[in-house]
Amino acid sequence: MKYRNFKKMIISVASGKGGTGKTTVATSLALSIGGAQLLDCDVEAPNSHLFVRPVFEGEDTVTMPVPRVDEDKCTLCGECEAICQFNAIVTIADTVMTFPELCHGCGGCQAACPAGAIDEGKRTIGTIQHGRSNGLDFVHGRIRIGEAMAPPLIRQVRSRINLDVVAVIDAPPGTSCPVIAAIQDTDFVVLVTEPTPFGLNDLELAVETVKILKIPSGIIINRSDIGDGRVAEYAARENIPVLMEIPYDRKIAEAYSRGEPVVQAFPQWRRRFAGLYEEIEKLVAGRK
Amino acid sequence: MKELVVISGKGGSGKTSMVAALAQLAQNPVLCDADVDAADLHLILSPRVVESHEFMAGHTASIDLEKCNGCGKCLELCRFGAISEDFVVDPLDCEGCGVCYYFCEQEAVNFPENLSGHWYISESRFGPMVHARLGIAEENSGKLVVQVRQNAAKIADSNGHELVVTDGPPGVGCPVIAAIGGAAGVLIVTEPSLSGVHDMERVVELARHFSVPPMICINKYDLNDSITEDIRKFAEEKEVPCVGQIPFDPAVTKSMVHAQTLFEYDPQAPACDAVRALWERVEKTLE
Repeated sequence: MKYRNFKKMIISVASGKGGTGKTTVATSLALSIGGAQLLDCDVEAPNSHLFVRPVFEGEDTVTMPVPRVDEDKCTLCGECEAICQFNAIVTIADTVMTFPELCHGCGGCQAACPAGAIDEGKRTIGTIQHGRSNGLDFVHGRIRIGEAMAPPLIRQVRSRINLDVVAVIDAPPGTSCPVIAAIQDTDFVVLVTEPTPFGLNDLELAVETVKILKIPSGIIINRSDIGDGRVAEYAARENIPVLMEIPYDRKIAEAYSRGEPVVQAFPQWRRRFAGLYEEIEKLVAGRK
Repeated sequence: MKELVVISGKGGSGKTSMVAALAQLAQNPVLCDADVDAADLHLILSPRVVESHEFMAGHTASIDLEKCNGCGKCLELCRFGAISEDFVVDPLDCEGCGVCYYFCEQEAVNFPENLSGHWYISESRFGPMVHARLGIAEENSGKLVVQVRQNAAKIADSNGHELVVTDGPPGVGCPVIAAIGGAAGVLIVTEPSLSGVHDMERVVELARHFSVPPMICINKYDLNDSITEDIRKFAEEKEVPCVGQIPFDPAVTKSMVHAQTLFEYDPQAPACDAVRALWERVEKTLE
């Protein structure tokens, strides 16, 4: 707990490729810090709760604003259709149709309507649950099945960050808008990869992403002995620190399958994850 | 023409290795990589690019400070926090809604279309392949997914291919929804872990939501026998055909490291028979 006086970091755990071990790292890291907060921002496929097993204390529905048209006031002028970039509102014959699932909630149609015929309804995009487990504060978002837009829900999960403690964010895979929403403005990104051609290709994309966002990063090579040395060579070439290597071990894979965090199933890993946190802290402090 | 889309919910369950193996088993297929965010199929199939196309999608605002009179209307209307107090737009936060552009009385906002990525028509050793690369930190991945799928379908229709095999993205959001609509079937590759099951259940629900028939394949089934049993029960209850189970086989990863399909790397590998049996059932189910 000697780190409590330090500025409270937000550490995100990401990877271009899915299934490389983000959740394994995020849960074990969060559990090793003591009194931390874990936010699962992989709202399409949230898995951290299966390992942390929090007692949920509450659930909130998350909505986005969508237009609601008062047909009596509408003059069918078409201004709403003209401003909408997402084809979410169109005038057809003598009526205005809205497509709520395409709406980004920008409010443009409402602002543009000269007749004041548009106000705001809501569309449910998912839920946020929060709870506690083993001294860990836990929050995750779950996108509604059929809902396309993850970023607004991810931003809502992040709005629950407790600034008084260290926060660990479990990010979604990929390199596009959901990842940006999850890792933007965090202090450090842990990039989890595996030493295979897919792992390397997607790591390179993830490194480009964190460069655009100007966030310092480090690499964890999971199942470090299953492939070849190209990931380690790439890390050296790019001057990105390799923070940890986790060898392939069937016992770790089996513990993962049962939803057991590495640091709980294998106590010898506790010190290594505590050391990982210290290393990240040094790297972040060194940049300031 | 029929399209089979391989998805999983959870990433890293073996979608792309599966698609590469099926590319070799399928009769005269068109191949399509719809994981435009982190495309990997090309690393195995080494396609030769025949056509390269720009993918233009969405717009991003920028403010011409010479014309801006600082009225603050854009700041007041932007719901995405993309405009700073001194009227600079952060392109990463800009949603491309055009509200600032539309309402600026000084016409100080530029709103050009984005070059969001590229898509390609290629030749591979197993047939034509359509794939793409979304620009880093870009939006509109769903539109790019639709673009590659439509072009794969077009090639199939005009050249008499009866099957498109599509490598889908992970998750259940925008790109996945764009990847499965209208497909003849989705093959869900899962693994016997609590995470794999959790994400598989969500993706089965998604497939049903969009009326695309799902099939389940249990990869690395021998990693946890009791969870494999749970998946089989789930499949039975939900009436989803469980078309195969593949043993954990180091040859799968090794083939990927050698940029080969499983059958090219080691035709005697234990996983090969399981994938062949799976393919027979998939073909029957698609009929």
